[in-house]
Amino acid sequence: MLNKIKNYISSLFLWELLKGLRLTGRYMFKRKITVQYPEEKTPQSHRFRGLHALRRYPNGEERCIACKLCEAVCPAVAITIESEGRDDGSRRTTKYDIDLTKCIFCGFCEESCPVDSIVETRIFEYHGEQRGDLLMTKSRLLEIGDLYEKQVAEDRAKDALYR
Amino acid sequence: MLETIYQFISQNVLLPLTMFVMPTDYQTEAMTVLQTIVKIVAILVPVLITVAYFTYAERKVIGFIQGRIGPNRVGFFGFSLWGLGQPIADAVKLIVKEIVIPTGSNRSLFVIAPILSLAPSLAAWAVIPFDDTKVLADINAGLLYVLALTSLAVYGVIIAGWASNSKYAFLGAMRSAAQIVAYEIAMGFALVGVLVAAGSLNLGDIVNAQAGSVVHWFWLPLFPLFVIYFISGLAETNRAPFDVAEGESEIVAGFHVEYSGMAFSVFFMAEYANMILIAILCALMFCGGWLSPFQGIPVFSYLFAWVPPLFWLLAKTSFFMLLFLWCRATFPRYRYDQIMRLGWKVFIPITIVWLVVVSVLVVMNTPPWF
Repeated sequence: MLNKIKNYISSLFLWELLKGLRLTGRYMFKRKITVQYPEEKTPQSHRFRGLHALRRYPNGEERCIACKLCEAVCPAVAITIESEGRDDGSRRTTKYDIDLTKCIFCGFCEESCPVDSIVETRIFEYHGEQRGDLLMTKSRLLEIGDLYEKQVAEDRAKDALYR
Repeated sequence: MLETIYQFISQNVLLPLTMFVMPTDYQTEAMTVLQTIVKIVAILVPVLITVAYFTYAERKVIGFIQGRIGPNRVGFFGFSLWGLGQPIADAVKLIVKEIVIPTGSNRSLFVIAPILSLAPSLAAWAVIPFDDTKVLADINAGLLYVLALTSLAVYGVIIAGWASNSKYAFLGAMRSAAQIVAYEIAMGFALVGVLVAAGSLNLGDIVNAQAGSVVHWFWLPLFPLFVIYFISGLAETNRAPFDVAEGESEIVAGFHVEYSGMAFSVFFMAEYANMILIAILCALMFCGGWLSPFQGIPVFSYLFAWVPPLFWLLAKTSFFMLLFLWCRATFPRYRYDQIMRLGWKVFIPITIVWLVVVSVLVVMNTPPWF
């Protein structure tokens, strides 16, 4: 009974609402946590999964052996691979397409790759202006791999401890 | 300073204009009309600029409360200036956009609705006194006029909901109508309290009746009415936590789902103009309007004597405007039946009881106030 009266009076004087206003009022003067994107960026993990790349061995030979594990594991069916035997008897891809509009960046392709060929780099700021710009072909993937090989290798080395 | 500008304009622009254009018989009348138009422009242009920057302030304040920094990119001439160009960019965007009129809608009502909601909230500024002398229409029934016009604004919402021929818009309009009927009564009673206390319907007289000091202002004897007036004001303007008429999460955007471009932005402007109006009315009726808060305090009243009265009015108004935003950032939306309960079963009884209390206080000539 007494509690009921107390509640009644406190709700009549908007006590809880004033407490709420006080809390939000305090937040008004707190430090702002906005990251002003193009000028400031949040730190990235070395496990960041961004744009894909195909890697090469130090001697320039491409790593991919066209085992098609990535194609099989891809949950979004974004990868298409065609392969052929090369003159030296090894099997290589003739076509390695990743449709970035389908890709969900789960990283399964990278996990499944037995030769660490397909990797996901830290690049996340890219766009396509035409239809087909986001369809990564083998040559483009290899190009990205060549450009970012140093960082990709570093990130793999960091993560190797936990595997 | 405002007087000198006004004198300058009426002497150097209006007077020659009437002299050359009008026949001699009508010169004085023409002069009066032109002077009134100048005064209207002098009131409405600042009001509309405030409306534009109020939207910016809202985004900024809510952002700050949520730990963000709000808009800070759009500026002028390559300087970002804390995003002060944002309202102008928004306005340009909305003006350029197409106004889509749904095929099933009632065309004429669809177009009239936004105008009908903006016009009353701007027209109400006619009786707002900015100073002892600065008022466009010094009419005796000022309070009644304000009450009439603020309740007229709901027709814009109802007509918009009806004319859109959309179920969400219609639901929003119905909610808004029921809500405004409920809160109009509480608001009216709160104003009756002010009327009893001041003994006048003229807003200037109401402010002058509060002269003395901070404790002479009506917020103290009319405290419950003051709180109820502000909360009813929140409900009247369909602001959070009473924004069920919009109710984004339930009925998309309520009464203005079908509106786009400038027609939509006129609704938006009406909402903000109404908020500013309620804020300035709160300041006038309960917080002493243009009276200085240091009035009656020995040393300070001399120290602050140089501050123009308009400054105090605007400062008080700004505080209530901030309170509107603060409430929006703090409170979750009311459930619909709770809104109705609050309006009918809490506010109306309290106002009626306090009306009796105020009447007794007035009859007994209680010292500081009456």
